[in-house]
Amino acid sequence: MRKELDEILEGVAFFEGMSDEEIALIAGCGRNVRFDAGETIFLQGDAADVFYVVRQGSVAVGHFAPPRGELVIETIEAGELLGWSWLFPPYRSHFDARALATVRATQFDGACLRGKCADDPVLGYDLMSRFAQVLIERLQWTRLRLLDVYGDGR
Amino acid sequence: MATVADDRAAGVLVPSPFRVGARRQDTADTWTLTLEPLGDGFAVAPGQFVMVYAFGVGEVPISVSGPPEVPGEPVVLTVRDVGAVTHAICSSEPGTVLGLRGPLGNSWPIEAAAGGDVLVIAGGIGLAPLRPVVLHAIGHRESYQNVWLLYGARTPQDLLYRDELGAWQFEVGVDVTVDAADTTWLGRVGVVPKLVGQVDFRPEAVRAFVCGPEVMIHYTVEALHERGVADERIFLSLERDMRCGVGLCGHCQLGPTLICRDGPVYTQAQVARLMEVREL
Repeated sequence: MRKELDEILEGVAFFEGMSDEEIALIAGCGRNVRFDAGETIFLQGDAADVFYVVRQGSVAVGHFAPPRGELVIETIEAGELLGWSWLFPPYRSHFDARALATVRATQFDGACLRGKCADDPVLGYDLMSRFAQVLIERLQWTRLRLLDVYGDGR
Repeated sequence: MATVADDRAAGVLVPSPFRVGARRQDTADTWTLTLEPLGDGFAVAPGQFVMVYAFGVGEVPISVSGPPEVPGEPVVLTVRDVGAVTHAICSSEPGTVLGLRGPLGNSWPIEAAAGGDVLVIAGGIGLAPLRPVVLHAIGHRESYQNVWLLYGARTPQDLLYRDELGAWQFEVGVDVTVDAADTTWLGRVGVVPKLVGQVDFRPEAVRAFVCGPEVMIHYTVEALHERGVADERIFLSLERDMRCGVGLCGHCQLGPTLICRDGPVYTQAQVARLMEVREL
């Protein structure tokens, strides 16, 4: 079972270039999960103990904004990471996450990984660098949307 | 005695009358008009544009979203109501006569992509000039390998050709994304350039045809570069303030080129440096 998880992670772009030892360490904090279409994965304010690598399906990340209801901020597709609130205190989810279609994902225990990163700074630096790259990419895409480029003709 | 040159000059300098045959509202501010020639009409290649004259109001350049292959066939235009002239065009009821000058500009080199992969990347109303490329690829599906349409709009309500998008996905890959949505939208929310990294194509055998806001084009080109697509394989449709449409007035000048005369389709290799000059 653990071997299977290692192999799954080796095929995910986020983990590309990691050593077998690092993959094995990270896989030790992971397990495969499944969510049905429409199922809530987490809600804003929930304890953020975990993050996910989506392997199949897509997830709507949203914010509940009365009286407009839930607004979808972005969708996370296969191969992408979901959740980074586990990285920093207060470890609470900032947004809602809901499966748009059947989602198969690998769920990682954030507390377990934080412990391993504290024990192994090389692993910790590598993992944080990879998360920083994801954060920067999403920030850039968000900035692009802030420009509202379709708002005034092309 | 009229010469071929005279006929050509009449076509591009003097408006030819076309009657609005049908008018369909695509979004809150965008309409698709089918214009039937009252004279001989003209053929249009994918990517070319026409100057559309709303009599008594003014003239604007509009890309052809449904080009006639032979003279006499209707011209299909998708127009966004953003000013006085486009408002007059979008408000034109069937039977209204508009003036068209054209066809103008160059075209998408879609036939040069035969045997390879095709990426059609559109943002907002930029899908209109790319619609002929999609239709050509579907009509000649056996001539191409991987074909993808990557399309982004502001919201689900702003998507053009919604019925066609559903039909096209049976023939080619179609990925649609919007900038913002509520929970009734089950598709993607995000930006078009992100899609470039998520679809299957061969960078060394692809031709990418891109049209949309220049900011979107900028980030799309970056995403194509990250996938290893060379500048010579990236084709962009540019837009500036076109007035005459025939390279005489200079309003659409971009450095050494006049977009109405030399474009609107360029390779990224041709315009990469020009796009970085802020003064242009």
